[in-house]
Amino acid sequence: MTVTLFIPCFVDALFPRAGISMVQILERLGHQVVCPKTLACCGQPAFNSGYWDEARPIASRTLETLKDAEAVVIGSGSCGAMVKKFYPELFDGTKHAKLAGEVAARTWEFSDFLVNKLEVTDLNARFPARVTFHDGCHGLRELGIKTAPRTLLAGVRDLVLVEMAEAETCCGFGGTFATKFPMISTAMAEVKCASAIETGADYIVSNDSSCLMQIQGLVSRQGGKIKTLHLAEVLAQQ
Amino acid sequence: MSSYATKFSRDARRATRDRRLRETISTALHNYEIARDERQTAFQDWQTARQAAAETKWEALNLLPQHLASFADKLAVRGTKVHWASTAKQACEIIVGIVQIRGARSIVKSKTMTAEEIHLNEALEKVGYEVVETDLGEFIVQLRHEAPFHIVFPSMHLKRGEIKELFQSALGDAPSDNPEELTMVARRALRKKYLAVDVGITGANFAIAETGMVSITENEGNARLTAALPKTMITLLGIEKILPRMSDLALFLPMLATSGAGQPMTGYNTLYGGPRQFGECDGPEEFHVVLLDNRRTELLADPQQRDALHCIRCGACLNVCPIFRNVGGHTYNTTYSGPIGSVITPHFRGLQEWKHLSAASTLCGACSEVCPVKIDLHHHLLHNRRNAAKKKPSGREQFFYDLWTSLVNHPFVWWLGKKTGWLFQPLHKIVRGSPLDPVRAWTKTRDLPPIPRQSFKDWWRKRR
Amino acid sequence: MSERDNILGRVREALKTKAPRPGTHDEDNPLPEPPASGARQWLPHAGNQFKDWVELFRKNAADLKVDFVMVTSSDEMRQALIGLRDTEGWKSAACHSGLLPDAICPALGLLMVHTDKHYDVNALEACDVGITECDALIAQTGTVMLSSRRAGGRALSVLPPHHVVLARRDQLVPDLPTAFDLLKTEYGENLPSMISFITGPSRTGDIERILVLGAHGPKKLTVLCV
Repeated sequence: MTVTLFIPCFVDALFPRAGISMVQILERLGHQVVCPKTLACCGQPAFNSGYWDEARPIASRTLETLKDAEAVVIGSGSCGAMVKKFYPELFDGTKHAKLAGEVAARTWEFSDFLVNKLEVTDLNARFPARVTFHDGCHGLRELGIKTAPRTLLAGVRDLVLVEMAEAETCCGFGGTFATKFPMISTAMAEVKCASAIETGADYIVSNDSSCLMQIQGLVSRQGGKIKTLHLAEVLAQQ
Repeated sequence: MSSYATKFSRDARRATRDRRLRETISTALHNYEIARDERQTAFQDWQTARQAAAETKWEALNLLPQHLASFADKLAVRGTKVHWASTAKQACEIIVGIVQIRGARSIVKSKTMTAEEIHLNEALEKVGYEVVETDLGEFIVQLRHEAPFHIVFPSMHLKRGEIKELFQSALGDAPSDNPEELTMVARRALRKKYLAVDVGITGANFAIAETGMVSITENEGNARLTAALPKTMITLLGIEKILPRMSDLALFLPMLATSGAGQPMTGYNTLYGGPRQFGECDGPEEFHVVLLDNRRTELLADPQQRDALHCIRCGACLNVCPIFRNVGGHTYNTTYSGPIGSVITPHFRGLQEWKHLSAASTLCGACSEVCPVKIDLHHHLLHNRRNAAKKKPSGREQFFYDLWTSLVNHPFVWWLGKKTGWLFQPLHKIVRGSPLDPVRAWTKTRDLPPIPRQSFKDWWRKRR
Repeated sequence: MSERDNILGRVREALKTKAPRPGTHDEDNPLPEPPASGARQWLPHAGNQFKDWVELFRKNAADLKVDFVMVTSSDEMRQALIGLRDTEGWKSAACHSGLLPDAICPALGLLMVHTDKHYDVNALEACDVGITECDALIAQTGTVMLSSRRAGGRALSVLPPHHVVLARRDQLVPDLPTAFDLLKTEYGENLPSMISFITGPSRTGDIERILVLGAHGPKKLTVLCV
C-alpha cells in the first residue's frame, strides 16, 4: 500500500535517523512511502497550551494534506495521539469535523501500524544489546500502545529486553512543560533515568523522540553511559 | 502570573531539591501501589466496576435536586437539623452558631477536607474555641500548624523522628520514635478530650438519598467516637456527595478502600441517620447536617467538566501523579492537591489565579487511568488551559504560536529555520547556561540534542 | 427564599445542559437499572455455599488480625469467653441486653457495665472489653455489621480496648450486596441511627505507613460464632 509517513517537526529537525529508519523498514516490507512536503507539524504545542484557535491553522493544513492518504503513519506517540484522539475534539463543530474523524480512522503510530495493521512482527532485525523500553504517555494512554513495541523488540535477534520499574511513568517532557516547570520536569527525568540505569540496560528505547530527547538530555548532563534510541532505529538494524 | 503561580514555582523548586522528601513520598506511594494492584486483581472485573461507579455518580448528579431533597427530608424526619450553606462563610457561621447555642466548651473533629476548604478551624478559633483534630495524621499536622500533606494521608511527609520530637515539645510525652508507642501517646491524649467533649464535627464520604443517612469511612475509629460521645454532632459535606441508594455502597465502599489505600475495606464504614433515637442508649442529643455549595453548582453548570464532581476523594490520582510525587502536597498551596485539585481549584477559587496548577502537568493520563469513577482528569486540565487562554490570552504566547504557524506552514521558511538553527549552534555553546541563553530553562539541567546538518526532509529530497 | 431553595435552584439551572454518560457521547438519562446492581459480578467472588463463606470469613479475619472462633454450642461460647478473660486478664466488662449476651456474659463472673439505658461513660471507659451482638458477618470482606439498636448503642463497640462479637452462624452472609438487602428486610423504614461496618480492629498507617492497631478504637477484635 501507499503509506503517508508523517515525520513530526522535531523528528525532522533533530532526530532524522528515526524517520529514515521508518522509511527503510516500510520499503523493505514492500510498501510505497510518501512524505508530503507540506507536512511539518501536528499543531500540538499550541493545542496543549490551550491556544486552540492558534492550533487550527496548522492542524487544518495537516488534515488537508492527509485528506486522500490511504494510510497515515506517524513516527511519534504524542503526534499520533494529536491526530487520532484530539483532532476530532479540536475540529468539533467546524467544517473540518467530518474530515478529522475520517483521517483519525486511517492514522496509526508506527509500531501500532506494523503489528496491528500490517500484522508484521519479525523485521529480520538484529541488535545485540540489553535494552529497556520507555512507554511514552500519549502512546500508552491515549492510543493504548503497550504490547506492540515489545512484540517487535521480541523479534529482534540477540536483543535482550529488560523492563524498568518506572516504564510507564512520565519522563517529564510534556512539551512546553519542560521549560515552564523545568525543576519538576528535571525531577521526573531523574526518576526515569535512575529506573532505567538500574536495569543495567545499554539502551533506553522509546517510540517517542521527544521523550528520548528529555531522557538523553539528563543522561548526558549526568555523564551517564546509557544511550537512547528510537524504536524504529533498533528495528532497522540488520 | 498570579502570585499563587509564582509561589507554586518557587515551592516546586525547593521541593524538588529536597531529596529526602521525594524519597519519603516515593517509598510510601510505592507500597501503596503494590497493595492497590493486589486489591484490584481480587475484583472479578475492576474495569466494569469503574464504569458502574461512574454511571452511578452521573445518575446521582442528573437527579441531584430530588436526591438532595430526599436526603434532607428523611434526615429531618428522624430529628436531624439540616442546614444549607451557599458559601464557605455561611457554613462557618452556621457551625459557629450551633456551637455557641449549645454552650460548647470543647470540640473534637474527625477528618474532613471540606472543613479545610471552608477554613472552619480558623473560624471557630477566632471566636475562642479550641478544635482538636482526632485523626492521627491530622492531629500531627495540627500540632505542627501545617496543612495536611495529602487528602488521605495528612502526615505522609513526616518521619517518626520528627513526630517524636513534635510530641515531646507539644505534649511532653514521647517515650521513643516507635510508631506504635507514638500512636498510643496520641490515643491517650485524645481519650482525655473525648471523655469531656461537647461537640463533635465530622465530614462525610457519601450522602445516601434513599434513606437519609451520611456514610463516614475511616480506619482509626476516631469518627465513630466523635459520633458517639459528644452531645452535639455536626456533619459537614458538599452537595455532590450524594449517592442514590444505600445498596450503592456495596460497590463504592470496596472501591474507595481499594483506590484510596490498597485495602479491601476500610476499618469502619458507618451510616448515621439521626441523633439518638427513642430506645437507643447513647449518641448525640442533637445531630446537625450542613450541606455546602461553595461554587460546586458552578462546576455542575459546566457539562464538559461536571464529572469532576463524581470525585470520592480517594486520593488515587495524587498517588500516581508524577508531579505530586516530586513536589508534594504543600506545594499546591490549596485544599485539594494533585490532579483532582488542579482540575477543580480553578472552578472553586478562580480560573486565572489557579490555572498554573493545570499548566503544571505533562497530561500523562496516569490519573484518569486510576480514577475509580472515571473522571477524565487529564483532559480537564487541558480544558482548563483552553478556557483560561480563551478568556485571557497571553499576547506573548499567541504571538509565538502565530509565528510557529508561519514557520511550519511554509516549507522553505521551515527549511531556513532548521538551517539557521544548525548554523547558530556553535554560538549557543558560548551563551549556554548564562542569562543570555534563550533556552536556559532547559540547559540549566539538561543537555540539548545536537542539530544534525541533514534533516529528514533534506535526506528525503536528496533521495529523489 | 431559603438557602435550600437558592441552592436547589442553582442545581436545577446547572442541570439544564446535559452531560454525556461516562465513556460515551450519549446523554440519555434513564439507565435501565441501577448501575451498581451488578456489583456481585464485579466484586471479589464470595462463593456459593455456607462452607465457602466460613472459609472466606476465616481467611479475611486472619489477614485483618481478627480472632475468629466457630463454636458448636452456647457452652463452648461461654468457655471461649472465659478463656479470653483469663488470657487477656480482663477485670471488668461491658455488654448490652440480648439473647446471646444474656446467656453467655454472666459466666464471666465479672463486674458488668450494661449500656441498655443510661450509663456512665467513664465506667465504660474503664472496662477492658465490650461485648456485643451484631446484625451480620460478611464473608466477602471479613466485616462485622452492627447497629446502635442491636449492639448496645454507639460507644460499646468502639470505646473499650477489646471488642468481642457474639454471632450466630445464620448471621453469616456472603457479600456486601446481601448485607444491604438484609438491612432493608430487618429494619424497613425504621433504621437505627447508626449502622457500622467493622472490618478489623482499629488501625492507622499515618506514621511512615507502618500499620499500628488500636489507634482510637479497639486494638483487638474477637468474633465468636455459634
